[in-house]
Amino acid sequence: MDFSKAFRLLNQERIVFLLTVVLFVTFSLTLSNFLAAGNLLSLVRSVAVLGILGLGMLIVVLGRGIDLSLVATMAISVAWAMQLVSEGMPVYAAMTTGLLFALCISLVTGILVAYAEIPPLFSTLAMATFIYGFGRAHMITGTDVVYMPKNMGWIAELGQGHFLGLPMPILVAAVMALLVFLFLKYTKLGAFIYAIGDNLPASRIGGIPVRPMLALQYVISGGIAFVAGIITATSVEAMNTRVVNSNMIYDVILVVVLGGVGLSGGRGNVRNVIVGTLLIGVLMNGMTIMDVQYTIQNVIKSLILLLAIVVDSIVNPRDEQTGQQGDI
Amino acid sequence: MNKTGFMKLAATALAALAIGASAVNAADDLNDPYRGPALEALKGKTIAYLPISIGFDLAQAWGGVVKTESERYGMTFTSQDPNWNTDAMAQGMTALIAEHPDVIVTQNPDMQSLARLMKQATAAGIVVVQLNMQGAVQTDAFVGPDFIAMGEQAANMMLEKCGAGTDTSHKVAIVQGVLTGGVSYYQVQGMMKVFNEHPEIQIVSSQAADWDASKARAITETALQQHPDMCGIIDVWDGQGIGTGAAIKQAGKQGEVYFITSGGGAQSMCNGLEDGTYSAAINYNAPGMGRDAWTAIMMALQNGQGAGAIKTQIYSPTRVMTKADVQAGTCWDPEQYAKILR
Repeated sequence: MDFSKAFRLLNQERIVFLLTVVLFVTFSLTLSNFLAAGNLLSLVRSVAVLGILGLGMLIVVLGRGIDLSLVATMAISVAWAMQLVSEGMPVYAAMTTGLLFALCISLVTGILVAYAEIPPLFSTLAMATFIYGFGRAHMITGTDVVYMPKNMGWIAELGQGHFLGLPMPILVAAVMALLVFLFLKYTKLGAFIYAIGDNLPASRIGGIPVRPMLALQYVISGGIAFVAGIITATSVEAMNTRVVNSNMIYDVILVVVLGGVGLSGGRGNVRNVIVGTLLIGVLMNGMTIMDVQYTIQNVIKSLILLLAIVVDSIVNPRDEQTGQQGDI
Repeated sequence: MNKTGFMKLAATALAALAIGASAVNAADDLNDPYRGPALEALKGKTIAYLPISIGFDLAQAWGGVVKTESERYGMTFTSQDPNWNTDAMAQGMTALIAEHPDVIVTQNPDMQSLARLMKQATAAGIVVVQLNMQGAVQTDAFVGPDFIAMGEQAANMMLEKCGAGTDTSHKVAIVQGVLTGGVSYYQVQGMMKVFNEHPEIQIVSSQAADWDASKARAITETALQQHPDMCGIIDVWDGQGIGTGAAIKQAGKQGEVYFITSGGGAQSMCNGLEDGTYSAAINYNAPGMGRDAWTAIMMALQNGQGAGAIKTQIYSPTRVMTKADVQAGTCWDPEQYAKILR
């Protein structure tokens, strides 16, 4: 048996998938009720928002960028939309305004990256602070938690409802995953994103409109952030803008990187995000059942990430290409 | 108000003023001898307000009340917003000590972060009032609920619903805030003191949700999944408890699981009680705390003993509320206080 060949087959996605399976089996054997249908649904549901945000991050990372303003865009746009509803604006108008805000602000981010050529790490970091600061100073002027108005209608069902026994957040996440998958795999724009992430100068020579494409990536991720925000807000009937100060954005990067999406661009797909998200879901759910404290959960989560990265760098050593481009 | 209404009001006010003026003339020699020195002690003084964030309902109510009153007596009120950043808050405090206002009203993020700075401020002759959470040092006044007693109170309320005498599973879950935050830590300490004396109560889950409603929702959903016969849940803060309540509702267990929380009594608390998100809430009335803080400031400035000479723990009164207690105006509107602070 050629052991080293089997070893070579392991890439990060497979390692993480194996890890997920091992954890899943362990929890199934040791924790009563872990395998109950209800628990499995709540497992997936609790990471649905993370998964949706992961999709937005995926699109940007594929084009060799990173979007640290995702969570800020999500919190401020949705909180503002709900505040507008409370102030008497019709629900649809308010939601559209919120979505437009998310799209416009991420277009600004995109322009900063694509045309002003500010590295994405800095421009999105600055934009995250700007969006939160501007939003708190001029848009959400009351309390930093905006409660969901009672007249949200069917939109509230996106976070609370069920369809064929499935909680809506899971369904929304699945639909979003499918859409992103189709977009990346079957559209010209999707292929452009891979090409730009793989080799930007070559894509430009090849006639791909590189700058508009870069800007478009951020706009798409902004739109996805708005959807994730709607799910968050309608699930708990409030949008807490304080989430911007939390480590949520790192969790989003975590599921993307964990699943095996290359931060140097061009490598990865929706499946990677799903695998990464599921690992976090299984881990968090098991630890919650075991009544492990949240702070210790964070430690375990980060150890798992380190483990995955270490194993990945052993089985997939840096080649010449990554050596030249450098990691992010 | 329409125009005629306004005119009527103006006329009434004018008449009242005329009567008042003549009354003052008549009683010219009947002056209040204590009012002058009291006003003198307050006038021209500066108050600096430094909570951990100005963005949340409690801090808005405290600051709003203190600002309104201080301006009434010709004092200067300034505020800073560290936006939940402990480092920024410590820097703000250091800068304030250099600026030397007469009073600092602050809120500890934890026991230790500001302790040394508050000691310095007191030594520099600045009156320090601590809100909601006592740091490791006692200053002129601490204003806030007795969180240990509040935890005991919540636990005793839970005993009535899920204790030995009841035909229930006796299973109780606790949703904490952050582990190191005193507001959460002391409440849980109080609860456990009571529950430890009642072995029939089974604490099936006690986890921290990081003051985040989404995390509280996820934790509670899993806990309810594991224990469908859950009798009651206690959440240490209503702002986070909205997520806990959403999980109970979405599990179809509203009314079955008794859910107790606590908070400052903003409108969202009344809304939550009304729609059944919370079964009962312990209200420590944030504008009342603002009034207590203002009282502490008046006392410290008028007693003439200097900063830190007289130290008082001012524990806030609390009130248990259920749906039956909610009427129009029972709760307060944070927006109103946020406006004052802007």
